[in-house]
Amino acid sequence: MGELWQYLTAPFTALGRGALRSFERVGRSTLFLLQVLRGVPAVLLRPWLIVQQTYSVGVLTTVIILVAGGFVGMVLGLQLFNILVRFNSESSLGTTVGLTLVRELGPVVTALLFAGRAGSALTAELGLMKATEQFSAMEMMAVDPFKRVLAPRFIAGVVSMPLLAAMFSAIGVLTAYVIGVGLLGVDAGSYWSQMQNSVDFYNDLMTGFYKSLAFGFVSTWIALFEGYDSVPTSEGVGRATTQSVVHSSLAVLGLNFILTALLLETS
Amino acid sequence: MISRRGVELLVGLFVALGIAALFMLAMQVSNLSTVSMGDTYQVTARFTNIGGLTARSPVKASGVRVGRVTDIRYDDKTHEAIVTLAIEKRFNQFPVDTAASIYTSGLLGEQYIALQPGVEDQNLKDGDKMLFTNSAMVLERLIGKFMVNKMEQ
Repeated sequence: MGELWQYLTAPFTALGRGALRSFERVGRSTLFLLQVLRGVPAVLLRPWLIVQQTYSVGVLTTVIILVAGGFVGMVLGLQLFNILVRFNSESSLGTTVGLTLVRELGPVVTALLFAGRAGSALTAELGLMKATEQFSAMEMMAVDPFKRVLAPRFIAGVVSMPLLAAMFSAIGVLTAYVIGVGLLGVDAGSYWSQMQNSVDFYNDLMTGFYKSLAFGFVSTWIALFEGYDSVPTSEGVGRATTQSVVHSSLAVLGLNFILTALLLETS
Repeated sequence: MISRRGVELLVGLFVALGIAALFMLAMQVSNLSTVSMGDTYQVTARFTNIGGLTARSPVKASGVRVGRVTDIRYDDKTHEAIVTLAIEKRFNQFPVDTAASIYTSGLLGEQYIALQPGVEDQNLKDGDKMLFTNSAMVLERLIGKFMVNKMEQ
């Protein structure tokens, strides 16, 4: 009887265990975020730490962002021209390219690339630091790892992300211009003027900016937490790096939907 | 290993490039350069139908942008829309009998208010109400009228 009961309830037990474990992880990550944020004011007094991290998080990601933005812009130019020319409205190429890049593709694709390039590096670095007990060593020397290691990386991620997204959108608009105007013969004046007429500074540009800020916050948070919380073995660090990319990509895509629904002004 | 000076230089370039991209998006891609206006004065106009007019729609005179719509409200006593127009101070020579009409730029483009100057000596000033307005043309209504006329023939 007892065995049968255990057999029947096993799936639910497993489900409950999994749910409790993930709740526990969410709780731990929230406490982790609070500790990181508490470390932020102390770091602002030592800007060199932030500069150093901005180099590895932002500067090293710039090239991939610029190349990706360039290609996305060119593809947008080709595809949208192809669609718009069917409705005889290829002059609104600028409008469609500008709006898609500034509102959606800029922040989202940048965040995905950011998670792949910078987030994974952060996680691997922190995971290795944990595996080699560097955090414990710091605590032994009365150095707070949250102030010395985590907060600078967090600030660097949050600051870099909007700048990278802006670069992505800007280079995309330019390469779409090259393709649309240079190659396919859209009028240069109508490309820019239609874009300026329909891209609103507050509704569109700032929406994209807020989005990229939120994505930078979330994906840096996830990358740092996955690294800090990883199992301190070589396998654990590998798994943490994978999870960091998967989780931040999914978080960015899900958050994007919520933010779009909240920020989109229909009028 | 890259030197401290090199890191600082590259981060500086990175931040400068990011800000330049933001600036380029603001000035070249969005309407910030056309939205920002100098001092304005406000006048109101009543329309029976504003069509697709929204706040921030342009106000034009002879096709030149002179201001924009800042507010749209509905008056439930007269059942009319009250549209507030902000017109730049340097364009303060509109007579009081200036007419405001809602037009569409292109067949399906955005809607704007066109000002048609009148002949009075007095000029519009802050807080004035415009006397003459033409409501938006609604395409469906036009097509409806056209169909009815055709059928009667």
